Amino acid sequence: MNHPARATLPDGRLLLQHGPIELVIEAWGERCEIELAYDQAWRRFQDILETLVCELALIRSPLREPYPLARGPVARRLIAACWPHRSVFVTPMAAVAGGVADEMLEALLAGRAIAKAYVNDGGDIALHFGVGEFFDLGVVGDVGQPALSAVARIRFDSPVRGIATSGWRGRSQSLGIADAVTVLARTAAAADVAATLIANAVNVEHPAIRRQPAREVKIDSDLGDLPVTVAVGELPHACTTQALENGLALAQSMRSGGLVEAAYLSLQGQTRVAARSDAPGSVKLRAGNPSS
Amino acid sequence: MRDPEDAPESTAALTAEVIRCDACPVLCRIREGQAGACDRYANEGGKLVRLDPLLILQRGAPAVPFLEPNKPWDGRIVSGANTFLTGVGATTTYPDYKPAPFIVSSKFQGVDMVTVVTEGIFSYCGLKVKIDTDRYLGPEQSAVRVDGEQIGHVTTAEYGSQMLSLGGVRHLTGGTKKEGNVTCDALLRLSNRQPVEVNIDGGATVLVQAGAAPVVNGAREERMRVGCGSAAIGIFAQQWHGHADEVIVVDDHITGVLTEHQAGRFLDMRPSGVRIRGRKSTPGRYFKVAEPGLGWGGTDITDPLSIIEMIDPKRAWPGMRLLMVSTTGEDAEWYVLDDDLKPVKQPMPEAIRKVVARIAENCEPARCTVLFMGGAGGSLRAGVTENPVRLTRSVKEVITKVTCGGAPTYVWPGGGITILVDVLRMPERSFGYVPTPALVLPIEFTMPLEAYAAMGGHVERVVPLEQALRGVRFRSEAWHARNPWPIDA
Repeated sequence: MNHPARATLPDGRLLLQHGPIELVIEAWGERCEIELAYDQAWRRFQDILETLVCELALIRSPLREPYPLARGPVARRLIAACWPHRSVFVTPMAAVAGGVADEMLEALLAGRAIAKAYVNDGGDIALHFGVGEFFDLGVVGDVGQPALSAVARIRFDSPVRGIATSGWRGRSQSLGIADAVTVLARTAAAADVAATLIANAVNVEHPAIRRQPAREVKIDSDLGDLPVTVAVGELPHACTTQALENGLALAQSMRSGGLVEAAYLSLQGQTRVAARSDAPGSVKLRAGNPSS
Repeated sequence: MRDPEDAPESTAALTAEVIRCDACPVLCRIREGQAGACDRYANEGGKLVRLDPLLILQRGAPAVPFLEPNKPWDGRIVSGANTFLTGVGATTTYPDYKPAPFIVSSKFQGVDMVTVVTEGIFSYCGLKVKIDTDRYLGPEQSAVRVDGEQIGHVTTAEYGSQMLSLGGVRHLTGGTKKEGNVTCDALLRLSNRQPVEVNIDGGATVLVQAGAAPVVNGAREERMRVGCGSAAIGIFAQQWHGHADEVIVVDDHITGVLTEHQAGRFLDMRPSGVRIRGRKSTPGRYFKVAEPGLGWGGTDITDPLSIIEMIDPKRAWPGMRLLMVSTTGEDAEWYVLDDDLKPVKQPMPEAIRKVVARIAENCEPARCTVLFMGGAGGSLRAGVTENPVRLTRSVKEVITKVTCGGAPTYVWPGGGITILVDVLRMPERSFGYVPTPALVLPIEFTMPLEAYAAMGGHVERVVPLEQALRGVRFRSEAWHARNPWPIDA
């Protein structure tokens, strides 16, 4: 059995890996503060996966009343993030990558003077800002054609502390057909579950879409026999429009409910953005090339 | 709190085709052909395998695993002198002005060497395929098709073989989208040593696979003939001399008759008076002694005597010894002329049997060979140096060695860095693709550190091999023994 592994990437970022968890961590500040921060993150990382898997059955079960009480701190984060969404099928696993990122960010920062930092758990990212700091976010819509399809500057005075992306091609299974749904929210766990659910909602029926029971694709899937997307052929324009509008409606209702700050949806070259750009400190997420 | 009993966990039992991965505490159950939650371990034919893409090759010392046993990888087990980091799984940087993903240094015999490791995206690329066969595959310039799309053409016939030129930018991106995708897919499969069936306009259907025997119209080619009938005569004349009075090597292309042939005359052999059918080319060499087929030497005959038109009584003599043999030695008969000058089948003497066996021994196994050809010009060079033309010059001056997954390449003279590489000398599954469509393959540039600095290389990005591998997931394989070691000043 493999144990947690730590490494420093050539550019100085911290890499932590254990089983399916792979974190890339970067912090800014005084050299010694960064080193202390990285060390305490490494210590916290030791039992993250093992504690999580103790409650694997619980976090793979669909959320329903009464509020499930978990022992582990990450499991609790997952349940808290997913609870507001329980009217649809959702298991706490929907927030797992974001929840780990949030937990690790907290461990990284505890007692340290860090100007800004992030914990990137396979694309689901927890952020920290000091006053005046910001991150520039680029969204790559199509991995085959690496180009930025959306950009956002996230500033310290916005409420965003988490980013997550979901789509049917990703590592997690999806009920929908979105190429990518990127969500900005107040925690990475909240962004994670929202991205998952919005990506599920980007959906439509069409013969070019192939689906298969989740368990047939991954035997341990938390999605049971729900049909997950395994292939999406070229869709007529009207279909992609309908699918995106379905996803956008859910994203907007989540935004008005305060569950997400912004969402970017993409499907076969079409995109939608659910964001507000009028309020001070809000997020500007716009489609297109950053140079335009 | 919920009872774990009602969790959706325990429905599918572990069966023969499902294994439990014990690489981490998640203990995924993985179905055959699928990967675990980490996408890093998979079930391949009931065995747990690593999917880590990045490949290092090690010579001498045993290959090292990553993150095993029980402690984080610290890079120390890797010895720079015996480890070569390949571009397999190195990924590429895009856009290319960024330095290549790995620029590593290692010391070899006291000289600091630098290897720039990347995966190149090649839209100018294709395959030169050599098919060992004497069968007719189709006219030169004919289209070679897969699923009805033209992916290349028939080019020259070479010794015992037919060349095909597949791919190239015109089929990849110059035609319809389908033509490009079909071409890219066929190139990818052939490069990764998988079989591809091609149809040649006005010719044959050929199953091509690198390193495997070609299958032409459903018939598998076993051996290349040693040469045409005439060549076989030339090679073995001396060994037959004194043991046989006449030897006829039956061949669909050129049938050879020893005593008429230059080789027999040179040995002062007495003309045997055996005249064979077909059209005489030059003395002792005959075209078209029969129709093509699956019989002796690629002809349709099963009785070799049927190609003898007559035996001249003025020249032949009773007791004359006659060997008839095919170009591969697979078929052979021994005859002695009776008093009526009729050939009578006799047991073959040992001395003759030996030479027949030698013909067979000299027939090499028929193979398909696949050489990748592509241009590493373009912007890929910018990942190596800020001044790309200097990389080209350095390669031309053989200061910089170009390898693909550790395999040596032939660099074409002239402009650019256009390479030829045998896919069988590269690690398995070295090739990928991007939807452009274009092929992606590993490429490494190795040179002395001094030379790297001189060409305007990204010297500030050079890190020792051990450090570059720290924290990076990779797998390790043994060095391909036939490939020269590239890190060698």
